[in-house]
Amino acid sequence: MNGRRTAIEVRDLTVAYRDTPVLWDLDVTVPSGVLMAIVGPNGAGKTTFIKALLNLIRPAAGRIRFFDAPYEERRQDVAYVPQRGSVDWDFPTSVLDVVMMGLYGRLGWIRRPGRKQREQARNALEKVGMESFANRQISQLSGGQQQRVFLARALVQDAEIYLMDEPFQGVDATTERAIIELLRELRARDKTLLVVHHDLQTVTEYFDHVMLLNVRRIASGPVEEVYTEENLRLTYGGRIAFLRGETGPTVQPASS
Amino acid sequence: MELIRQLFTDYTLQMVAMGSATLGIVSGGLGTYAVLRGQSLLGDAISHAALPGIAVAFLLTGSKAPLVLMAGAAAAGWLATLLIMSVTETTRIKYDSMLGLMLSVFFGVGLVLLTFIQHRSGAGQAGLDTFLFGQAAALVERDVVTMAVLGGGALVLMALFWKELKVLSFDPEFGRTMGMHMRAVDILLTTLLVVAIVIGLQTVGVVLMSAMIIAPAAAGRQWTDGLGKMVALSAAFGAAAGVSGALISSTTAGLPTGPTIVLCMGVIVIVSIFFAPNRGLVWARVRARRSAGRFHREAVLMDLHELGMQHGDPFHPHEAGALEVMSVRKGSAVKILERLREAGFVRQLDATRWALTSSGVEKARALKEKRT
Repeated sequence: MNGRRTAIEVRDLTVAYRDTPVLWDLDVTVPSGVLMAIVGPNGAGKTTFIKALLNLIRPAAGRIRFFDAPYEERRQDVAYVPQRGSVDWDFPTSVLDVVMMGLYGRLGWIRRPGRKQREQARNALEKVGMESFANRQISQLSGGQQQRVFLARALVQDAEIYLMDEPFQGVDATTERAIIELLRELRARDKTLLVVHHDLQTVTEYFDHVMLLNVRRIASGPVEEVYTEENLRLTYGGRIAFLRGETGPTVQPASS
Repeated sequence: MELIRQLFTDYTLQMVAMGSATLGIVSGGLGTYAVLRGQSLLGDAISHAALPGIAVAFLLTGSKAPLVLMAGAAAAGWLATLLIMSVTETTRIKYDSMLGLMLSVFFGVGLVLLTFIQHRSGAGQAGLDTFLFGQAAALVERDVVTMAVLGGGALVLMALFWKELKVLSFDPEFGRTMGMHMRAVDILLTTLLVVAIVIGLQTVGVVLMSAMIIAPAAAGRQWTDGLGKMVALSAAFGAAAGVSGALISSTTAGLPTGPTIVLCMGVIVIVSIFFAPNRGLVWARVRARRSAGRFHREAVLMDLHELGMQHGDPFHPHEAGALEVMSVRKGSAVKILERLREAGFVRQLDATRWALTSSGVEKARALKEKRT
């Protein structure tokens, strides 16, 4: 990781909802070209963190830099994959149309997407294995397919940094493998990926960096250095069970 | 028939038809976005809030020119929307509570002002109360021209900012991350909605105008899965209901236009809910029955095959009653077997016994393969 540029730098980030701090005094440095998981219990502020990075939520304090510049100057370099449940999938539109929305920002006011944009959207759909669904109405998609459409919408943005909120939520095992392949491919092209992740068991397998979050940043860095029993216990409190496996400590949240 | 003949000769009827068609197209088209964003009732708040605006505009200018009254209505509708938005953003009062509150407070003020105006001395001041339930017969050319210009302008803006409005309705947060000014688009859409509402107030009235925003879109959604088609269909439905309702009411003395138009719109909505392909209840029921029938036939076919294989012979005959204990309801096996015989999959040996034909065996094997 030495000699890498810093993709995202967060200093003293605090976000509060009314009187309650949701994120408290966060410092995180994300080197470029890493695939980083954001892990923490429910209500730890994972989604809030992503939204604060994207300026969708105004922080109470803190400084956020993308490649040494504020978000407003780097907007084009940052793509966002929101939670699947954040939109109404019964909206009357087609798969291709949703993917093309990823290009609207670059088009500017009033200009309509044309053949070139449709072509780009089709390419992105191909990358997520959804090309045959281009003209499908979005309400006919399964959860995994919806997720892949959202990924395609981020892919057309051709960004340097991808912020993803639970891309594995509610998808089947096949789709999960397809998605993680796609994320690795992006990493191989030196893209930086921040992924909110829930399955503690797959962190070591899928990711090279991890941030453990519970209102405060518990730890962040390479998986092999910071993904330890000690840190997980600090993150999840007592609500966790540890299983010793051959590949080192694997963990799962205790059924509470 | 007489009505249609008059439509081509009678000036008043022509004005009524053109005016109500205009309002139907504009409110149907723009209402689509309100409905898709889950803001159907914002239209209700805006239209009720418009009433005091109309009264104040009249009190200030003494004029009943459509543009003057519409400006007053638009200003009041806008003010109410602004209040709703800022109060829900800064306090803990919920959006729907604020809608109801603004709606009734503004409407109450409007009613008080209206009563005040009517009790003042002087002639020529009556007539504002038609804004409550609408009066299409009172439409004259300058009203229609005003409606067409304002409504046409709103539709042109909607077409120009098509992709912005689409993102706003589908995923505004994502739009913001792309640097699109979602706040400005939101203000634009609200303004267009206000325009759509105020041009309809004279015809439909403040009380029922929101139906012209919600109902055409609700009906349109039933028939299509595309945004463009939905906007076009909603506009067409709005126009159809507007014209038919306005014509009926203007040819019957004392029949207020608003309720008549809303009744016509109600018919369109009911037909759409029941009979639209794909989303309509009737077709959904027909499809469910069809597939249930197919599942039953497949189940009987496979059971017959299964029973036969227990005898080492797939063609081995069985009693219809034996099948009923397996997969289908009591008393239905014979009917299902008869359908299977029509398809050539089974044959009847005697009064009670049935056996698979060779194509039946083939079909059963194929089904079994597909399910494992």
